[in-house]
Amino acid sequence: MSEFKLMKGNEAMAEAAIQAGCDAYFGYPITPQSEVLEYLAREMPKHNRIVMQAESEVASINMVYGAAGAGFRTMTSSSSPGISLMQEGISYIAGAELPCLIVNVNRAGPGLGTIQPGQGDYFQSTKGGGHGDYKMIVLAPASVQEMADFVFLGFDLADKYRNPVLMLSDGAIGQMMEKVQFKPYTRPEIDKSSWATTGKPKTRNRNYITSLHILPEKMEVHNLKLEEKFKKIRENEVRFEEINTADADYLFVAYGLSARICQKAMDIARQKGIRIGLLRPITLYPYPYQRLRELTAQVKMMLSVELNSGQMVEDVRLGVEGKVPVEFYGRMGGMMPTPEEIVHHLETLIQYHHAN
Amino acid sequence: MNSINDCRKLEELIVAGFGGQGVLSLGMTLAYAGMVENKEISWMPSYGPEMRGGTANCIVILSDNKISSPILSLFDSAIVLNQPSMDKFAPRVKPGGLLLYESGNIFKPSTRTDIDIIGIPATTEALKMKNAKTMNMIMLGAYLQLKPVVQNDSILEALAKVLPEKYHHLLPINRQALELGEALAKEMKTQLV
Repeated sequence: MSEFKLMKGNEAMAEAAIQAGCDAYFGYPITPQSEVLEYLAREMPKHNRIVMQAESEVASINMVYGAAGAGFRTMTSSSSPGISLMQEGISYIAGAELPCLIVNVNRAGPGLGTIQPGQGDYFQSTKGGGHGDYKMIVLAPASVQEMADFVFLGFDLADKYRNPVLMLSDGAIGQMMEKVQFKPYTRPEIDKSSWATTGKPKTRNRNYITSLHILPEKMEVHNLKLEEKFKKIRENEVRFEEINTADADYLFVAYGLSARICQKAMDIARQKGIRIGLLRPITLYPYPYQRLRELTAQVKMMLSVELNSGQMVEDVRLGVEGKVPVEFYGRMGGMMPTPEEIVHHLETLIQYHHAN
Repeated sequence: MNSINDCRKLEELIVAGFGGQGVLSLGMTLAYAGMVENKEISWMPSYGPEMRGGTANCIVILSDNKISSPILSLFDSAIVLNQPSMDKFAPRVKPGGLLLYESGNIFKPSTRTDIDIIGIPATTEALKMKNAKTMNMIMLGAYLQLKPVVQNDSILEALAKVLPEKYHHLLPINRQALELGEALAKEMKTQLV
């Protein structure tokens, strides 16, 4: 096992990209993830890999499209406004069924918003930010270690399903330093010869990458094939973490930074005798609906805590199907709730539901 | 407050001051030292315009157990290096906690009586050493005298990691600054008693 390093989340993600065998990174600087391009511009050339500062985010995502089409392991990263610019390209990549990793270090919006952390890109990430029927696997790291781990996982899942994978982080996880350990990893050998545009040998027909299927009959066949893939992803790739749920009367549902703050809130609430647990979705798509539904047999109320105006709470409600009350608490604009603030809100809600 | 024994298990600290005073590197040195001792650590900086002047702060957590929230509103200790940080963070020190401040930059310390408030003339002392930038290490030395969250050796090891190699000729003066801070805090402690 390699030794621990002290790194920012953004740096850990960049180092993981190198260790995961990323052939090419395309990006454009934006706070709070500029360290990624900075780190890779310094380190990638030492490994004879490609790193390029594109002229814009629109260009970066289309360079990713090209590199992925040519069979390379490739990625980009940005923060919210930059990710918005990439949506067209992401839709094309999903349509063309190409594997790649996209990282969004979420800041508060809408618009240019502010550079402080946010989770306002949940809908964009999980419900299709670009046009058309497509889904990305969305991984939500809650620590610097996971910022690294999910790069390896993300690349592998992208290859497995020939689909873009999004890592949805936030400004705090990107900027904070924690211990991180890089596990030994060997990039799997994947035969891409049936689809990648690597030059046509005489022995096979031309590989052709497109998201254009102009005949509706053909387009629908393609749509159905994609849907089949997304179904497989929903069946096989749901990931979540549970803390203190065994005896829980109440449940926090939170991801990323919010989940970390909720853990502290949980400790404080439990000292006050409130038996509360935490369910932390690790994949935001596919979402752990099933597990939430199971937990309705046990908990009296769920509280979704987010750095937005209430986005993931809609998925919690979908999972719960009205069986128990689902409440929401959030802060916006780059403001972050304190653990004490969350506990105060929880106590008020418990009182309210007890009285009604 | 968390006693000297407790602070070795869990310490939640905020360091705050002007950008350029070495706020972030003070916190980072401490975080590195925690890692040297195999502790769980988290270093959460304020980021953004702070880098270009204005106020900067970082939250450092050192723990024997897994760390939950990297963002906190109450602290076991605060090291404040300017008046706005004193005004902002003095109310957020837990009762019984430690508020350590740089007395050359802060003229109105908190009047709270339920916490230990200790001023260190670190700027004056740093100027005597002919290197104003060692002010943060004097403060760190003073803090470690009052809250020995990590061993001295670990801090020295950390310093060598935090300082880029081209600045390693400054390691001795930083070490001196740490020792000076410790001595100053020791003196202040005896005055308190």
